[in-house]
Amino acid sequence: MKPFDYQRAEGMDHAGQLVAAENATAIAGGTNLLDLMKLQVETPQTLVDVSRVGHAEIEDSGDGGLWIGALGTNTNTAIHPRVRADYPVLARAILAGATQQLRNRATTGGNLCQRTRCYYFTNIDQPCNKRDPGSGCGAIDGIARLHAVLGTSDQCIATYPGDMAVALSALDATVHIASADGKARTVPVRDFHRLPGDTPWKDNVLEPGELITGVSLPAPVAGKQIYRKVRERSSYAFALCSIAAIVEMDGDTITRAHLAFGGLAHKPWHDPEVSEVLVGQKPDAALFDKAADVLLRDARGYGENDFKIPLARRTLAAVLAEATGAEL
Amino acid sequence: MSAYLKQDEPDTANRLDGMRQGVLGTDASRIEGLLKVTGTAPYAAEYQLDDCLEGVLVTATISKGEVTAIDADSVLSMPGVVAVIDDPALTARAAQGTAGEAPAQPAREVGYFGQPIALVVAETFEQARDASKHLKVSYRAEDDVAFDPEAVEAEPQDGATSQGDLAHAMKEAPFSVDVTYTTEGHSSAAMEPHAAIAQWDGDTLTVYASLQMLNYNIAELADSLGLEEDKVRLVSRYVGGGFGSKLGISEETVAASVAAMKLERPVRVAMLRQQVLQCIMRRSETRQRFRLAAGEDGKLTGFGHEARVSNLPGESFAEPVLQSSHFLYAGENRELSMEVARIHRMTAGSVRAPGEAVGMPALECAMDVLAEKCGVDPVELRLRNIPDKHPANGLPFSSHKLAECLKQGAEAFGWDGGPRSPRHTREGEWWIGTGMASAARVHNVGEAKARVTLKADGTALVETDMTDIGTGTYTILAQTVGEMLGLPIAKVLVELGDTRHPRGPGSGGSWGASSICSAAYLACLALRETLAKRADVSEENLELKDGAVVGGASLVDLLGGKDLAEEGHYEPGDIADDFTAAGFGAFFARVRVNRFTGETRVQHMTGAFGFGRVLNSKTARSQCLGGMTWSIGAALTEAMLFDPVDGHLANCDLAEYHVPVNRDVPDLDVLFVEERDGAASPIQAKGIGELGMCGGAGAIANAIYNACGARVMEFPMTPDRVLAAMPD
Repeated sequence: MKPFDYQRAEGMDHAGQLVAAENATAIAGGTNLLDLMKLQVETPQTLVDVSRVGHAEIEDSGDGGLWIGALGTNTNTAIHPRVRADYPVLARAILAGATQQLRNRATTGGNLCQRTRCYYFTNIDQPCNKRDPGSGCGAIDGIARLHAVLGTSDQCIATYPGDMAVALSALDATVHIASADGKARTVPVRDFHRLPGDTPWKDNVLEPGELITGVSLPAPVAGKQIYRKVRERSSYAFALCSIAAIVEMDGDTITRAHLAFGGLAHKPWHDPEVSEVLVGQKPDAALFDKAADVLLRDARGYGENDFKIPLARRTLAAVLAEATGAEL
Repeated sequence: MSAYLKQDEPDTANRLDGMRQGVLGTDASRIEGLLKVTGTAPYAAEYQLDDCLEGVLVTATISKGEVTAIDADSVLSMPGVVAVIDDPALTARAAQGTAGEAPAQPAREVGYFGQPIALVVAETFEQARDASKHLKVSYRAEDDVAFDPEAVEAEPQDGATSQGDLAHAMKEAPFSVDVTYTTEGHSSAAMEPHAAIAQWDGDTLTVYASLQMLNYNIAELADSLGLEEDKVRLVSRYVGGGFGSKLGISEETVAASVAAMKLERPVRVAMLRQQVLQCIMRRSETRQRFRLAAGEDGKLTGFGHEARVSNLPGESFAEPVLQSSHFLYAGENRELSMEVARIHRMTAGSVRAPGEAVGMPALECAMDVLAEKCGVDPVELRLRNIPDKHPANGLPFSSHKLAECLKQGAEAFGWDGGPRSPRHTREGEWWIGTGMASAARVHNVGEAKARVTLKADGTALVETDMTDIGTGTYTILAQTVGEMLGLPIAKVLVELGDTRHPRGPGSGGSWGASSICSAAYLACLALRETLAKRADVSEENLELKDGAVVGGASLVDLLGGKDLAEEGHYEPGDIADDFTAAGFGAFFARVRVNRFTGETRVQHMTGAFGFGRVLNSKTARSQCLGGMTWSIGAALTEAMLFDPVDGHLANCDLAEYHVPVNRDVPDLDVLFVEERDGAASPIQAKGIGELGMCGGAGAIANAIYNACGARVMEFPMTPDRVLAAMPD
């Protein structure tokens, strides 16, 4: 761990000023950042402790939706009565991630910013374009079991590792961002994370000095909510593939299919064309296959992770069968 | 005084069952348990020494070659940095179990990516760790380094068995099976990192370390440093898991010692978690081919088991995959052979149940295939193939409870014995199935010494350098001594893990309990002789209970104000040449396999085990539970993932090396088929530390097939592999 300065922000504006400094990083729960600092993957000069700036509230927003402050813990979000009642896919996604101890510390804002678990990213003795631009990608010809099959580039095939953001993507949540100069902006969560392209070191659209203040959820929609996470062991493992789904039926016809996918890409994967295939149709195996065809039309495996392509197809079928009651 | 026994004959006296205290074999809780759960049991890195420096190992970033220069100046100006140690005494690898001599030196010669090459020492741990990442090292790296065990020529191992004509038997047999399984590398993944604090007083070196076998480790460390053994003291009172990875001294213990002697201040070195996984011994991956030939009745006429394992060049250890295959099942035509591929991954060595941990599950999968072919129930197939003596060398078994374990385990589990075909039960998305496997693990014993002192106040003190690696050694020694001397457990103080005490056998190969308790037993027999004389009865008729002769004088009175000490010395004798000794058992598993995702979850497991006398029913059961948990890991999740380009271990932390978590482990039932095996040890006990994982993964694999029809040929059976093998 590189020596660093520690500063405690007294409010959001103060935090913004501190974080705007050269090589400053905000720390909330620290569940990911501290590990990466010990490994010298992250080497901030200044740590700005934002844990006391407020913004931990979870409350009704005026429009029937829900506001989740950036400093709300994963545990408090998952157990919040309105989350459980109206956005159960979010509660289930959070509870499918990490462990109770980690969820007690981890925050909404921090979770959105968590970094990939690519083996090469976390090992400074290995090449990684995300950690060390231009050094190469060790995973493409290496151990790529966890890696992406959608939206990859020849620079990076890392995945976004989280669960919560996959549910937020299905829920079409909005990320609220404040900058050091006091300006605020919003970004749909579906646009918050990036694909690696030629700049794999940029995980998301946050600019230097910007901080997440919270996430807003739109008013709840009807439909069955499911979070399915496929993993080798049943807890404390990142997703090989995960799906957040909100599916509504009218009689035997699908009327809504909000789907987002984890474990497949550098971001929670949302593809509106998959929904278009499903909506207005009667659920059956052929339809689910068609949806998978669209989802995976540009999928590319890297040897070790080839299995994710059929696995995503099968998992999608399982989720849609559960959501619609179709017999497979 | 001392009491010595070299065991050449089976013990038929069975004295322990005639004692009166009634504490041996009970479910007594660990006597050090409270210290552990309250955080007051000091582990190696937790001793508080004044003025202690902190060292962090620097590891190689090449796979093979040598360090040509280490630029100490690159870090010496960093805050707190005291020294860079690159002394020729630094070791490149850990010592193999029971080596008793220095491991490979110097560390400058690099054999694998991630090998320790130097030590950075600073005032604080954080300073040392930071500096360790900045040390400039120059290398001469070799090209064309072999990493893939399947891509190199392999050397045949000595000790192959060839008997009769297996090829002919395969051709003639009405039923034959020729299958090949692979298993991937395993890490011990102990919770406590490898750590040591060394202190040098100018004459004597004291090292607090996390080690399993101090009796060998002291020689390994002394040899590494060029010191006489009597100038070295090792202390290892508590060990937070070893599983073979702490059998021999590893790099941090030598490095801390070298630094402490050079700098004349105490030095602590704890491996970082990533280093623990990257530097300590791995269990080799294996490829195993089985050829089984059977008659109409399922009785084996041919048995073939060929295995390929790997290690670094120059390492003598080869994962002994065939160990129990030599004697478990009959079959007059036999071919058993091993070969070793030389590759540049970290050293392969002992990981819990070396050999059987991977050999038995694969064998038991092959037996399941045979059972299906023959149309014989898998339990019945095993029962029909239990040999009455070692099938190759003809030695009798010291005791053999496989049949009882199979029968009692089947009954307890509810094995129905009826016709079996895959996909018989589905609950929603999940196929449900059952499978079983035999368990076998060779029994070992080692030379052991323990001193037992009856204190004038009527309490007893047991002293030995034996370790308790979480297995319950403290408690079973107190129970053995309490039983022999008529004392409640609370009156027996046990001091372990200090080379100032008599040499124990060390913990490893499941031999610790039966060896060290035999030494304590011998000491107690000698003490009883003296007490009997003083009580004026024969030793055989001396009945001791609750600190007194039954109906007679108290121990305090008999001792007359003076301590009475005896050293027990137990040594394995010729008996090892007269018997085949092993623990046996049976596993039964019920699993569910998701028909969409291939995820497998174990619903229930039963294990039935026969391993001689049970010294403590709670700690023995815990060993079995731990072994069965490892079986779940070996079956479903555990695999070391090695980079194909430079051979480094990619998944080098506990987030990515997947040991089972609580949610993966259902209720496990453990059944003891208790017996007395007087040929195994004078206390009629055999080892239990490893038996619980010797075959269990096979039961799970067979249950996967029974559930969903996927015959997966690769361990671990991760969702992708299950899906690839699952019929549509």
